[in-house]
Amino acid sequence: MVCENCGSADAVMHLTQIVDNEMKSLHLCEKCAAEKGVEGTATPENFPLTDFLAQLGKEGSAGTALQRTGSCSFCGLTFKEFREVGRLGCPHCWTSFEGHLRSLVRRIHGSAQHVGKVYLSPDPSVSEREKRLEGLRRKLKRAVEMEDFERAAELRDEIRDMEPAT
Amino acid sequence: MSADDHTPDPVPEPDHPGMGWLDASGEHAEIVLSTRVRLARNLQGHLFGPRARDEDRLAVLERVQGAVGRVQALKSAEVTEVGALEARTRRLLLERRLASRELVGENGRPPGKGTALIIGADRSLSVMVNEEDHLRLQTLFSGLRIHEAWNILDTADEELGQQVPYAFHPEFGFLTSCPTNVGTGLRASVLLHLPALVLTKEIGKVLQGLTQVGLTFRGLYGEGSEVVGNFFQLSNQTTLGKSEEDLVDHLDRIVRQVIQYETQARKVLVRDAASVTEDKIWRAYGLLRYARSLSFEELMNLLSGVRLGAALKLLPGLRVYPLNKIMIYTQPAHLEEAAGRELSPNESDAHRAAYVRRILASEGVVSPDKGSDEGSSSPDASG
Repeated sequence: MVCENCGSADAVMHLTQIVDNEMKSLHLCEKCAAEKGVEGTATPENFPLTDFLAQLGKEGSAGTALQRTGSCSFCGLTFKEFREVGRLGCPHCWTSFEGHLRSLVRRIHGSAQHVGKVYLSPDPSVSEREKRLEGLRRKLKRAVEMEDFERAAELRDEIRDMEPAT
Repeated sequence: MSADDHTPDPVPEPDHPGMGWLDASGEHAEIVLSTRVRLARNLQGHLFGPRARDEDRLAVLERVQGAVGRVQALKSAEVTEVGALEARTRRLLLERRLASRELVGENGRPPGKGTALIIGADRSLSVMVNEEDHLRLQTLFSGLRIHEAWNILDTADEELGQQVPYAFHPEFGFLTSCPTNVGTGLRASVLLHLPALVLTKEIGKVLQGLTQVGLTFRGLYGEGSEVVGNFFQLSNQTTLGKSEEDLVDHLDRIVRQVIQYETQARKVLVRDAASVTEDKIWRAYGLLRYARSLSFEELMNLLSGVRLGAALKLLPGLRVYPLNKIMIYTQPAHLEEAAGRELSPNESDAHRAAYVRRILASEGVVSPDKGSDEGSSSPDASG
């Protein structure tokens, strides 16, 4: 995707804003984003992650679960494809695009917190793994916020190893 | 009056699996045709319907098939692989409102591998497998029975969830292919017949009010379908942020209010426009009783008037149940099934009219001369 502002560089910042009940998206390259001063304003956790991926590497575009606007690491669906068809590819997409989906879900349902039945999986190995993954993702988020990129890279690799292969 | 048409065939009773919802039982059955509650569920580790590969679809079906024996309401259930059915048989499932367009391949894509419909032996619970979501569990009842429909569904869902691992997220709830279904995955809907609100032109206000309280309305066949015969399907708009019980309670409460409005409007019609109303109803009855050709749309419009007449006891002796039956059995695939062959549109209209005449004749007792000056001469002729 190309930056919507300068039209030349690759867009790395993807912002979704709700203005007057309408969802607006903005895709910017690093430079234009910095010029517009948009980093971290709409969704505070957005910036460090994007920055983290940009710094860590070229493999960012290959798609990891961390890259919120990239593709789902389980089924390969990109967020762009999701927007075109309106259907997600697999349960893991909900984690891959969590931030975007949270604001979308809030817009649709007026809330993003499920308050109905709580489900406990009958297969403890699955739920244990999910729980562990959840814990790792939390740690990763924290490490990124603390700008501990070395630790974050380790955690990222650990998560990638635990997630089912595509 | 009854020397009409051919020898009246025994009218097919709704004893097909899953057809109990037609029987006009349950609360407010003269206004509420049916109550449906469904839950969208997906299995961990498999791609969702639209992107699912054959191996996903077959694995989902296999897991669910292996689990149905342990779900009380699905014991000795009938599992039908939709892809193996002939096109007409698939359309029958759609016309009986047991399957969605997507499941039976009416949306342009033929049903993929592992697409199945499981219908419980007690006929009120069914499961669509490999639709947009891996599983769509649904209960369908005649009349207004939202809580009963939910309770049965809830139990089955709990039992099935112990056999197959559902995809669940602590924040987003039960994960679905489309974000509009996420959370509880619950959609409860009630099919209402609201002719008096339409005739008194109050319906717009009512429908507008519904959207303000988080409900939405659709036509007879659900999403994207037009309103025909003054049938409106009311359902909850959102699925996340409220508990299942709250969603169900809310719909029940609002539907009862709408029923009250409709009942009031019916009283107004009888009080302020008795002769016009009576005339409309008898004209509709007369056309249905004697017409030789009926399109489905015309039938539904006339049936709306006759249904109102039956509810208001303006058509003495006419029950609601045969009218429900007419709605289902005069749809194209049902007519072809009864004829045992394909029918051209003209033939279809003729078969439809013949079926309606036969059902109304078998009801027989309606007497048009109550308080009228027409006398009892019968204009019957055989067709």
